[in-house]
Amino acid sequence: MGKLKTIARRTFLIGSAGIVGGVVFGYWKYKTPYDNPLRAGLDEGASALTPYVKIDENGVTIITPRAEMGQGVHTTLAAMVAEELDVAFDEIKVEHGPASSAYYNEVALADGLPFAPTDRSWLAETVRAAVAIPAKLIGMQATGGSSTTPDGYEKMRKAGAAARLVLIEAAAQKLDVDAGTLKTKNGAVITPSGDRHSYESLAVVAAGIEPPADPPLKPQSEWRYLGKSMPRVDAVAKSTGTAEYSIDVRLSEMLYATVKMNPRLGGAMTAYDDSAAKEMRGYVKTIDIGGGIAVIADNTWRAFEAAKAVECTWADAPYPPSTEAIFATVEASFTDEQRDNRLTDIGDVDAALDGAVHIEAEYRVPILAHATMEPMNAVAWLRDGKLDIWAGNQFPTKAKEDGAAIAGIDPEQVSVHTTYLGGGFGRRVELDFIQYAVQVAKETDGKPVKVTWSREEDMCHDFYRPPAIARFRGAVEDGTPNAYDGKIASPSVLEAMSGRLGLPTAGPDKLIVDGAYGQPYAITNYRITGYRAPPSIPISSWRSVGASYNGFFHESFMDELAHAAETDPLEMRLRLINHDASRKVLEAVGEMSSWGGPLAAGKGRGVAFTLSFNVPTAEVIEVSMTEEGLKVDKAWIAADVGTALDPSILEAQLSSGLIYGLTAAIQGEITLEDGEVQQTNFHDYDGLRINQTPEIAVSVLENGDRITGIGEPGTPPAPAALANAIFAATGQRIRELPLNKHLDFV
Amino acid sequence: MQLKVNGQVHDVDVEPDMPLLWVLRDELGITGPKFGCGIAMCGACTVHVDGVAERSCSLPVGDVEGDVVTIEGLGTPAAMNAVQAAWVKHQVAQCGYCQSGQIMNAAAFLAENTDPSDADIDDAMSGNLCRCGTYPRIRAAIKSAAATLRGA
Repeated sequence: MGKLKTIARRTFLIGSAGIVGGVVFGYWKYKTPYDNPLRAGLDEGASALTPYVKIDENGVTIITPRAEMGQGVHTTLAAMVAEELDVAFDEIKVEHGPASSAYYNEVALADGLPFAPTDRSWLAETVRAAVAIPAKLIGMQATGGSSTTPDGYEKMRKAGAAARLVLIEAAAQKLDVDAGTLKTKNGAVITPSGDRHSYESLAVVAAGIEPPADPPLKPQSEWRYLGKSMPRVDAVAKSTGTAEYSIDVRLSEMLYATVKMNPRLGGAMTAYDDSAAKEMRGYVKTIDIGGGIAVIADNTWRAFEAAKAVECTWADAPYPPSTEAIFATVEASFTDEQRDNRLTDIGDVDAALDGAVHIEAEYRVPILAHATMEPMNAVAWLRDGKLDIWAGNQFPTKAKEDGAAIAGIDPEQVSVHTTYLGGGFGRRVELDFIQYAVQVAKETDGKPVKVTWSREEDMCHDFYRPPAIARFRGAVEDGTPNAYDGKIASPSVLEAMSGRLGLPTAGPDKLIVDGAYGQPYAITNYRITGYRAPPSIPISSWRSVGASYNGFFHESFMDELAHAAETDPLEMRLRLINHDASRKVLEAVGEMSSWGGPLAAGKGRGVAFTLSFNVPTAEVIEVSMTEEGLKVDKAWIAADVGTALDPSILEAQLSSGLIYGLTAAIQGEITLEDGEVQQTNFHDYDGLRINQTPEIAVSVLENGDRITGIGEPGTPPAPAALANAIFAATGQRIRELPLNKHLDFV
Repeated sequence: MQLKVNGQVHDVDVEPDMPLLWVLRDELGITGPKFGCGIAMCGACTVHVDGVAERSCSLPVGDVEGDVVTIEGLGTPAAMNAVQAAWVKHQVAQCGYCQSGQIMNAAAFLAENTDPSDADIDDAMSGNLCRCGTYPRIRAAIKSAAATLRGA
């Protein structure tokens, strides 16, 4: 078994090196490689060493082919390359680069497999490795699933290492010396006599040298960038108004447009009347784009005003038209027919609960919108059989395919320019806003057009976090749970996303139970069952996906069991936990928060733990009851990322995830009536504000056995930690989010 | 009508009820101020009019009396204002989309109060939404900028 595991691992390495080096052989060659996308369109004199590094007379450019939506990936991915390439960090340029299948994401797909995250068995590992093949064949260049760091960790460093060795070889050839005598320092090859040959000056010679397939990497002890807080490459631009989001793109002769789609999501438009709009200043025209209209004008505001003036007749919603009716379909899904998976099934839960005194609880969470700060928008320019798309998006290869299909041209004629994203959180994996822009660009006689949604259109036409209901039962014995039976029903995000991608949806959807199944607790009789509710409104990934609600369900019920067992909820978890890295984050968060220490009257602390995206994350929240309502005072987070690459970014992301989770816990709720989303803007679907935000302390641990991403794991424990703190402070157990339906907050 | 933005006078030919934000962004090409909500609920569009922080998405251009300063006029990458420098020092921005508005709001507030308490900061900044949750670092950056402005 050990040998087979080694082979699987080795295959992965060769394949990755092939992609990284820009040359593909062996395993990958057999599967038909993707061309290096950077070899096209390079100026003379420049040479693309690998898909991740470009060196020309202007210096070193590192290609970071993942969406920068705030999570700091451009900085961390650039640091991976720069570390091995040996360049000064403040001298590099960073670009997202073109849409290309060579930048496929294999980690995101592997994490969709139905193995517990702690399952390091040969079977789990082999299947994970095998998934790299279809991931590459599908050629998905996607950002999500907290996958960027683990996916790039080898590829990007090897890209830098291979480029450095090639540059040394180039200098050796140019100078006719033995490569072994040469060193590198801050972007130059150094000769024994101390002469400095910049990488730029070696670029042309380097272009003729094949990169090594599997260059050695620096030992961690020699890192000078990784493991340190690097200055974010986007910090100055984002502090001076000079960072470019797609909404900021300006092109000569550009037109401005907006859309107005059926508020009953996915419903048809039966008629429209634009006669009033035609009288308005700057109005150009109205286009039927299927299910709604686009209005083109010479200015975004004029397009908004004209769109309001167009009268549309909408067909009914293709789903149950109210929140109550949608929840009824979820409630009715706890049946054998709709049973989707049972990925945790230990001992005999039914026998343990039979006749035993047990507790039962039902929890529910609402539909949620992403509400990124930058409303959906894209610029499209179709002329002379070529299409250019500018869009902050999480899925450029899909944007390229969709653009080509809508424009009726070859994908090779489509260029996707991925700008900064004004927030993603999963929303910009879905590309409706790009599809609409390309439809509009077909009607502008070769002029570029920027299609910007109003906030109202954005809020009411999301791909939402689905509703979910949990029914839990459990029993305790001698101060410890001896039975835990969790049933969770929700529509399947995997089914919705795969359907839109034209991919099969066979097999269980572990997203339904993510964050509840495979949790590292040694409970003798322990079962988590997922039920697939029927599709209703459009749904998709929402920061941490299934774990966004399962953290609340699972950890609220753990708290209920602790109180039933008359034991301390943190101590109980520590007794049960059977995964070392997980135990240590719980211990750390207990220490940080002085758990068990004295608290003033009216205050309470709650703890929650979720293993999600391979990151064990424990959070403690402290609240106080005040005359104005409940106040969230403090939060502590401990998380284990295996290897911590950038402490400042890790702290920022964990805090960000917690705050995103608190927004959902306290006040997030989308409701529907007559098929329409009722919330329209930030006055009725608000994010947490600075005055609601607790002090936050973060500790990042490195006991885990692999490197992990951190964009999402901060979110899942937050709602349960808060609800548990409220119980501790007030005795009120709230089992339904948002909490402000049951309690006033400051 | 004429509009003075970042020290430069522009002739603009638009309806007086067009919000200042869209005159800046689509007519003048000044894209630092961002569109977030259109109803003065998020603050991403914040600019200064005669030194006062205003939500440009809800301010009809015909009502603008005074000099407009946007994030671009506050400071540049080569010559950042103290508030912008504090934002970089504390690595505040994540997606960054709201930060033009956060910085403009903070700059106007710090011109009035160079020694703010946490409660002052919360009061002054609660109209500016950040979905990434950069608030802890906004607090730190404002304190740091305040110290710089006090000459401390």
